[in-house]
Amino acid sequence: MSGRPLTIEKPWQRWLIRLGVFLAMAILCVPGVWVVLTAFRPNVEILARPPVWIPQDPTLNNFLGIFGLLPAQQQGLPVARYFLNSVVISLTSTAVAILLGMMGGYAFARYRFRGKGALFVSFMLSRTVPGVALSLPLFIVWSRIGLLDTSLGLIIVYLAINIPFTVWLTDGFFRQIPVDLSEAAQIDGCTRWQAFWKIEFPLARSGLASAAIFAFLTSWNEYALASQLTRTTASKTMPVGLMDFTAQFTVDWSGMSAMAVLIIIPALLLTFVVQKHLIAGLTFGGVK
Amino acid sequence: MTLFRSPRAVPYLLLTPALVVIAAVILVPLAVSLWSSFTAYNLTRPATLYSFVGLRNYARLLNNADFWWAFGRTLVFITVTLNLELVLGLGLALLVNQVTMGRKVLRTIMMFPMMFSPILVGFQFKYIFNDAVGLVNNALFDLGLITQPIPWLVDGTLAPLSIMAAEIWMSTSVFAILLLAGLLALPKEPIEAAKVDGCGPIQVFRHITLPFLMPFIFIAMTIRSLDVARAYDMVRIMTNGGPAGRTELLWTLMARVGYQNSQMGMANAMGYVSILTSILFTVYFYRKLVVARRYMGGVE
Repeated sequence: MSGRPLTIEKPWQRWLIRLGVFLAMAILCVPGVWVVLTAFRPNVEILARPPVWIPQDPTLNNFLGIFGLLPAQQQGLPVARYFLNSVVISLTSTAVAILLGMMGGYAFARYRFRGKGALFVSFMLSRTVPGVALSLPLFIVWSRIGLLDTSLGLIIVYLAINIPFTVWLTDGFFRQIPVDLSEAAQIDGCTRWQAFWKIEFPLARSGLASAAIFAFLTSWNEYALASQLTRTTASKTMPVGLMDFTAQFTVDWSGMSAMAVLIIIPALLLTFVVQKHLIAGLTFGGVK
Repeated sequence: MTLFRSPRAVPYLLLTPALVVIAAVILVPLAVSLWSSFTAYNLTRPATLYSFVGLRNYARLLNNADFWWAFGRTLVFITVTLNLELVLGLGLALLVNQVTMGRKVLRTIMMFPMMFSPILVGFQFKYIFNDAVGLVNNALFDLGLITQPIPWLVDGTLAPLSIMAAEIWMSTSVFAILLLAGLLALPKEPIEAAKVDGCGPIQVFRHITLPFLMPFIFIAMTIRSLDVARAYDMVRIMTNGGPAGRTELLWTLMARVGYQNSQMGMANAMGYVSILTSILFTVYFYRKLVVARRYMGGVE
């Protein structure tokens, strides 16, 4: 079946398949596109009845508004601050998670040691703890040691969430690199440390990059923990800030859509970059 | 020093930093959580963290109808969405596999929902299902199918269905992409041999394609079972458990009891129930995965 249609011969069947694919793709695209369109609409158009489908009067005011750059708006939300917090927290936790996860992954890929299997499974299991359930005790502990509502507190939490997956991925990447290469380098006089940096690290680099993007996206998109462990602009991230736009009975649709676009753009760009690795990373770790 | 220089210590040394972080952020808090689930801990009275009440929180949970409803709803939610995602994802993968042109573009579009943060998916569907300004009602109005707006997120029956729709939109792609990868790796020879022997497309699918896909299905299930609790974010923004508790899942109930009512002891007891449920789901699928892999003759 690989690459070639198996049984489709009649033209009407081919058209049926095309229609099905088209509908499925439309369902996957329309919700996101709709939010993006809303981000560029004036409020009148959002509330218009009958509905306006194609924006008649595109505007950037929603974006200016959430940054408090419109004269009419007395008080903008601290979205710029949220964005900065998100960037700092996600980047820091990703960088450290990759470093520590790479060490762990290398240990799993290249060494035999006691308790290896159990350790690997417990890494996996630590990922199953639901965010909300973990947030309860973290809230208690963090508030007692002063990490509540700090960027550092959230960075440490994301570090722990990202390490298991990074270990899992890098273990797979290192395992794909033949041990012979490193051994040959060591016979030629390299230390194991040098052999790692000169041979194995460059070969695993693209894999590490995709692991990094996974980690970044996890931190960038996380809500359940951040919503409880952050309180003020000191550490609130974008997903938490999104909730600022909802009051008890009113929702600022245009403002929220603009903010949603700001959250999705970095994620979109990064995912396109690692597309291929993403799929490879997801599948070979499990099948082979 | 000799201990650290021994080659046998190397893997442990490499793993130490990772283990320290995980211990600090996951193991220690889980221990705190377990302890506090046996206390009458209330956030407003810090001293209550040390008032041990034994199994009282758990006993109260067992007698609490709200808890059982939320627990049952969570199980139904997980089961229904995972199964529908599998079926739809399989369908989508088979469909895309039949198209020869532009498969890369299609795969890119399929990844679209995976980039969305769950809170964004929740917002997006809160907007789309809104009764006054939502896309769904707008479309139904324009097509002349309705004259009164349908209150998707306010109606007790429609709200859970709307949330499931959002969840399915978000995660069907995970299945579709993994299963498509499986279909592309499917060896051609057995299928051609079966066709020569007179098997129809349905028989080929049942006896060759599906067994080959099994490990991929279980990988997808294992990956999904790791993050089912992401649904919390979606429910939080879409309905926050309403209307009248009809979309209250274990996760939202736990947050409400812990943070709003400050009953941390009780909330942590609930947390433990949810953690064990998640672990059970993951272990179940992981074991299936190992069995399926062995069946395929793969190495471990």
